[in-house]
Amino acid sequence: MKKLLLSVLVIVSFILYSLFQRKDDLVGSANLAPQGNTNNTISISPSTTPQTSPSPTTISTTPDIKNTPKPTPTATPTPTKASLYKNGTYIGDVTDAYYGNVQVQVQVSGGNISSVNFLQYPSDRSRSISINSYAMPILEQEAIKAQSANVDTVSGATDTSLAFISSMQSALAKAQN
Amino acid sequence: MKETRLMLGMPITVNIVDSQATQENIDEVFAYFKYIDNKFSVFKKDSEINQINRGEIMENEYSDDMEEIFLLAEKTKKESHGYFDIHHKGKLNPSGVVKGWAIHQAAKILEKDGFSNFYVDAGGDIQVKGNNHLGKPWTLGIRNPFNRNENIKIVKLINKGIATSGTYIRGQHIYNPFKPQDPIMEIVSLTVIGPNVFEADRFATPAFAMGKEGILFIESIQGLEGYMIDSNGVATFTKGWNQYVYKD
Repeated sequence: MKKLLLSVLVIVSFILYSLFQRKDDLVGSANLAPQGNTNNTISISPSTTPQTSPSPTTISTTPDIKNTPKPTPTATPTPTKASLYKNGTYIGDVTDAYYGNVQVQVQVSGGNISSVNFLQYPSDRSRSISINSYAMPILEQEAIKAQSANVDTVSGATDTSLAFISSMQSALAKAQN
Repeated sequence: MKETRLMLGMPITVNIVDSQATQENIDEVFAYFKYIDNKFSVFKKDSEINQINRGEIMENEYSDDMEEIFLLAEKTKKESHGYFDIHHKGKLNPSGVVKGWAIHQAAKILEKDGFSNFYVDAGGDIQVKGNNHLGKPWTLGIRNPFNRNENIKIVKLINKGIATSGTYIRGQHIYNPFKPQDPIMEIVSLTVIGPNVFEADRFATPAFAMGKEGILFIESIQGLEGYMIDSNGVATFTKGWNQYVYKD
């Protein structure tokens, strides 16, 4: 009798736990309602995520997702207990990329980031007005290659990356166990 | 004297080589960017631009800077055949023209303070003046859109502006799951060098939006040179571009 009672207790608590987990998932998914400019859905594979970290040079305030510890897979069937992130879908903050907003949605399954989607992305390409055709001068082309001389500073479109990292960071903060 | 601060959602660096530079001079420039942020940021509830968008400020009450920005935005819209437009969903967002303009104005502050060797860099758009600490032209890298830690071109500039429009997110093997076969000619980066950063920036933005036609647009404008990189890592550059390239 004692054994039976114990088994029932275990089963009931497991069901309760599953429901609880499911509720969490639903809460995450509830945020999925269209968020403004949703026409730019771009996915990245998890393996490329660390590359978007800025080089750890001048700005200490930049969050560095490279340093985020990898979630450890758990051996027990207990779902996600030992992993860093809870399963679910998490929406990052809208971040100012100056030319527009960046907002990411992170999906966590099995304790790992399974996909990152862009809910908002600066889309200066969406203008539909056709441009006049220019007299077509023949311009030179070349394959790009690295040049390694010392430089005083660097020109590049850093904005979106910083905004991406910031939004990503806030999404992952919500996914933390 | 050099300092970087994270403002307006991007790193802003002020580097003055002239020996008389003080912390006050540096602070003055950052205070100016703060003023710009408070006035033009669509992320600040009480910025002038948001008050205008809420209809709380009438047209005859616009500040002089706001009027100037609107004029410059209208001019750029005409010159870019409509590719540059600050009207989005019934609201005004002049960010695309404010950035280059603000860097240009910040550089003017330093000139007024008597400096002749410096640069102001806001999120990779840069105004250089005079020479660097070695008395040589400023040496600037153009970041590899496929690898943030690498430069794919080095240019030497005196009294010029440079701006890069593009996205490194696409460059880092991010694909559109719904269109995996997406055009191979997609543009990932377009750098423009001009007489000042305002001119470079205001044309880099619409040129990038034009796709591969963008470099032809830059070629068509006197005083501008450009370097465009497509998703295959092939660059197309304007006829006068090589005058700026540092050969190692």
